[in-house]
This record gives sequence, C-alpha cells and structure tokens, in this order.
Amino acid sequence: MKPILEIQTVGKKYRIQHLTGGYLSLRERMMNAFKLERRSTEDFWALKDISFQVQPGESIGIIGRNGAGKSTLLKILSKITPPTTGRIISRGRIASLLEVGTGFHPELTGRENIFFNGSLLGMKRKEIQNKFDEIIDFSGVEKFLDTPLKHYSSGMQLRLAFAVAAFLEPEILIIDEVLAVGDAEFQKKCLGKMEDVSRSGRTVLFVSHHMAAVRKLCAKAILLSAGEVESSGDVNTITDLYLKKGLSGNTERTWLKESFRNKEIQILRAAVFSRNLAPQDPIKTSDDIVIEIDFFNFLSDGNIDVTLDIFDSSGVHLTHFGMVCDKNEKLAKGEFRTTVVFPGNILNTNRYTINITFGLNQSQVLFSESDILSFEVVDAISSRGKNFSRLPGIIHPICDWSTIPLTSIHASQR
Amino acid sequence: MHDRVEYTIESSNKWLLNWKELWQYRELFYFFTWRDIKIKYKQTVLGFIWAVLQPLLMMIIFTMFFAQALNIPSQSIPYPVYVFSGLLIWNLFSAGLTNSSNSMVNNAAIIKKIYFPRLIIPVSSILVALFDFFMAFIFLVGIILFYQQPVLWSAIWIWPSALVVGIIATLGMGTWLAALNVKYRDFRYVIPFMVQILFFLTPVIYPTSMLKYPTLQYILVCSPMYAAVELFRYPLTGLTPDFTLITVSLSSGLILLLIGISYFKRTEDFFADLA
Repeated sequence: MKPILEIQTVGKKYRIQHLTGGYLSLRERMMNAFKLERRSTEDFWALKDISFQVQPGESIGIIGRNGAGKSTLLKILSKITPPTTGRIISRGRIASLLEVGTGFHPELTGRENIFFNGSLLGMKRKEIQNKFDEIIDFSGVEKFLDTPLKHYSSGMQLRLAFAVAAFLEPEILIIDEVLAVGDAEFQKKCLGKMEDVSRSGRTVLFVSHHMAAVRKLCAKAILLSAGEVESSGDVNTITDLYLKKGLSGNTERTWLKESFRNKEIQILRAAVFSRNLAPQDPIKTSDDIVIEIDFFNFLSDGNIDVTLDIFDSSGVHLTHFGMVCDKNEKLAKGEFRTTVVFPGNILNTNRYTINITFGLNQSQVLFSESDILSFEVVDAISSRGKNFSRLPGIIHPICDWSTIPLTSIHASQR
Repeated sequence: MHDRVEYTIESSNKWLLNWKELWQYRELFYFFTWRDIKIKYKQTVLGFIWAVLQPLLMMIIFTMFFAQALNIPSQSIPYPVYVFSGLLIWNLFSAGLTNSSNSMVNNAAIIKKIYFPRLIIPVSSILVALFDFFMAFIFLVGIILFYQQPVLWSAIWIWPSALVVGIIATLGMGTWLAALNVKYRDFRYVIPFMVQILFFLTPVIYPTSMLKYPTLQYILVCSPMYAAVELFRYPLTGLTPDFTLITVSLSSGLILLLIGISYFKRTEDFFADLA
C-alpha cells in the first residue's frame, strides 16, 4: 500500500529582520532602497530536511519542545504556508483541528456560524445539513442556536467550534493540542471522539505536550528538535526519550560579569531542578523543586532579601515567597548562594516562570527581573494510574484520604 | 466513497489560476459573500434599505448642487437619472475596491489557520458590493419610471455588459490592492483618497463633453471605470459612446485585471506569514 502522506526533505526558511513594526511599510521599503548598507537579515530554518512517511490508518504523535518546529510542520501540512525546500505528497484530504473556531463571527448566530465554519473547513453544504443535528447534539447548545455568538459564554463557543470540526471526515486529521481547553466533561468527550477517529481507520497526526495522551492515541511518534527529526519510532520509546531529555524551559542561566550594572547587587546564576534527579531530568509533580540563586553582594552591611514569584503558563500568579520570611540576618560583602526547596506535590502539570526581586531592609528594591527561569512540571505518570491528561486546577497536592465503614466510627464513639 | 485525491505540497511559483481548485471551493464564494452581507446589515434598523439610501442621498445632493446651482448638462436626460445611473455603477467600483483591499487584512485570522484559494476573499467582498448594486438597481428602475425616461431595448444586453466591465475593473484593482495591503499597510490610507480622485476623473456627475481639451479626455479614459459608466448610460441617453475611448478604457481594465490577479497569485503563498 502506498503511504498516504510522504514528507520528503521538507525545509522552511524564515528571514528574520529587525523591523520596528510587525509589517513592512512602503516608506521603509523606499528608504532601504536608497541605503547602501543592507539591513542585516538572518536566515532561520524553522524546519530542516524533514522526511517521514505515514501509512493509511496510522496515528502518529508529533512531539518536541516549544520552537522545535511542530507548528511550522503543521502549517505546511495544512497548506497555509509553502515549504522552502522539499515536498509533501498527500493522497487524501487533510483537515486539522488546530483551527477550532476559526472564522467564527460574533455577530452571526450559532446556526450561521456552523454553516460558515463548516464550509471553511471544507465541508459541502449538503454534508453540513446532514450532520447538523449531530453537531448540535455534540455541542449541547441547541437552545442558543439562533442567538448571536457574542452572547455565548467562551465555553459554549468552544464546544460549538469543536463540534463542527469533530464531524469533518477527512482521510488525514491533524490534531493540535486541543485538550487543554474546556471543562473536564467536555475534554473527555473530545478525547473519546478523537479515539473514535483514530480507531475508524483514519490517519491521525497528533501534536501535543501531553505524553500520556500521545501514548493513548498514537502507536508511533516523531520527536522534533530544532527543526529536525531527532528520532522516530514506537510511541513509548520516543515519549520516554522526550521525557528523559528534559523539557522545554530555561532551567539554568548565568549572567556575564561584563553586564554588571547594578552597584548594590548582581545576580550571577540561577537554576531550577528536581532535587531527586540529575539537573537535566524533567521535574515531576511529585518532586521537590530546588531553586538556586548565586549573587554578588556589593553592600557591606545590608539586610538583603531574595523574593521569588512563580507564574503558570496562563499568567496566574501562584505564589510570592522570599527568604526574609525565614531568616533575618545581615549579609557581608561577597558572593552568596541562596537555595530554596519548593516542596513537591503542590504544582500541577504545567509550565512555570520565575521572577526574582532583591530587596534591601524590606523596603527598597535593589534589583528585579522577570522570567529569569522557566521550567516544566510533568505528570508523574506512575502516581496517576489511569488519568492520562492534565488534571484540572492549579495545584496538585497529595491529600490524605480514607474511607471506612460508618459503623466502625459509631463503634469507637461508644 | 471519497474521490481519491493526490496532490503535492511544495514551493512553487504560481502564476496561473488553478481553476479546478477554485471550482472545488465554489461554495466558499457563496459562504463568504453570504456572511459579509449578513454581518453588514445585522443590527441595522433599515437593513437592506441602506444599499439604496446611500446613492439616493448622493443623487439628491448632486442634483441640488450640480444641476440646479451649477447648471451642469446631463446629455438631455433628467439630471437625477443621469447621476443615479452613474452613481449606481460607480458605487459598485468604489465599495468593491474598498471592501476587497481591506479584505485580506480583515480575514487575517482565517488566512493564518485554514487553507483555501485566497482569491475567494477579495472576490467575495466584491460580490457583496454587487449585491448592493442589485438592490439599488431596483430603485433605478423606479426613478426611470418616475421621470418616464425612455430606455433603449438594447439595455437588455448593454447593461449586463457594462456590469461585467465594471466588475473587471473592480476585480483587477481590488485583488492588486488586497495583496499590496497585506504587505504594505500604507495602502489602507491611500485607497480612500485614490477612490475620491477617480470619482472626479470618471464621468459620474458630469459628462466628458463638458471638457474643453480633447487631450484631457484621453487621460480620463485610462480609468477602467470610464467604459463601464459610459456603456451603462448609453441605453438611457441614446448617445453612442466613442469607440476609441471605450476601447482604451476597456484595455486598461483588462491590463489591470491581469496585473492584479498575477500579483495576487504570486504573493498569496506568503499571506499567512505576513498578515
């Protein structure tokens, strides 16, 4: 059997220019024409030499850190942007769920949006009419069918959007991280639908950061790294490799001495890692997280305090904590290392960023910088049993649960 | 059940229109047009009446100033008929041009996420203007009846051909400006100004016979809308338009269409990266 999708040495080059705005203006163009020196442009290969084949009915997970080229590959596959080199031979209709809700217009009613969005995704009007009842049923918004979309809650909009996309019947379906949205019940419904799709013999390309979900939906996986296929093969092998390699993030950073500007305090190094394992390993939800800050104190007799702020990927400010709360002593001039252990079983699976502030005498800010570190906390799969997607909520504590017969309580009270 | 499709995605220099693909996506032309018309008249009390009201008010103003105050001749037909017929086809052009030149930018969110032949967007936005044209056309019939203006029988084929000429003019400049606007947002500010200039260069509110210098006429006919307006009015005035002038204007329209569409095709691959 011929492969349904052949990706042959595909590459995508972007030219990076240092623009002031997001787009060219005619004035800039004309000014540049008269300039002798060309603006420095830099070629950036978002994808290099990507080749793989997909057999009909296969489901393949595409994984990789942020910036590894996953989205670019998806864009090329869905024909939004052409590849710079190479080509893709496709033997079937490709549709992707990365555009859930694209083209939804707030002024149109739910019904009108279903038709427009469906058509945009490549459905024929007849097809939409035939599946209309199913779509409505799946979305659960039948009451608001003739209400303009602007009066919908965001959850309702999302459900409607996913419902339309879920009823597409392409030979090849591309699914991009749609799991992170909607309430738990709806997520379950979506996952169920995706499993149906992959079981029905359709070819599925699934892009996600949730390894457990990839394992559940796919048999094979491809790991992208810096625009290239790092390895591909059996899903368990590849996802393990990905987890072992450590995930996205800026887990260690050093500051050059040349860049010193502050006369009171200078941060030298910051690092975040799991206490239990080597620095390159991913941090699991159950791990204690160690944050180390090295700095030079130029003040000879100051009450220096280090304060950290942790934010999650949606910008929620999780906590603000600092050493002044624990200790209160004066620091001499010199180099110091502050180490703080953030207990495990608190953070949920997510990406986090850390801000730092150095204060003096609890009143004056000496130095402050955002996003000095970022790290990812992954599912401790072993501790989760059957749950394979991220649990809802911000924190993930291990709580003490027990269930005993009421009669034994009554007995003890007596 | 599904027709087996095999296609290749690669980097290509596309100059030619992919008619087959456009045909496959034919429903999308309808849906885009339908959506834009719906949105345009949603939450308006007067709804479709706006399509008529705009040229009507313009007609009244121009009649007051140009016919009554300035005594501008109108080729032996009542000035309101003269100006309304001109405005009708002119509005198709000006609205179509404005719509289509902003269309790609307005639909950037869709362009970045879904593939379909990009040409559908500017074309549909011109179809929206065509819808308004038909609405106002009904009103033109009313005006003709009111002034008991005789109409030549040849109107049956001349009006549609004038309309086609107008659409060609709009399409050519519209697609070109749509593509340019994605790359250089300057055009957003240039377009209203350009439309205004063209309005005065096209015999919408005055006949070209008023102009004292014949050479000026030859400059004016470079406007692709000259042919459309003159042809459209011919069944009303009964004055046969100058063949040479019409040909010049027509060819200018066709050349613009060629430039517009080929420029659009050449740049459409990168809209998603630029928009």
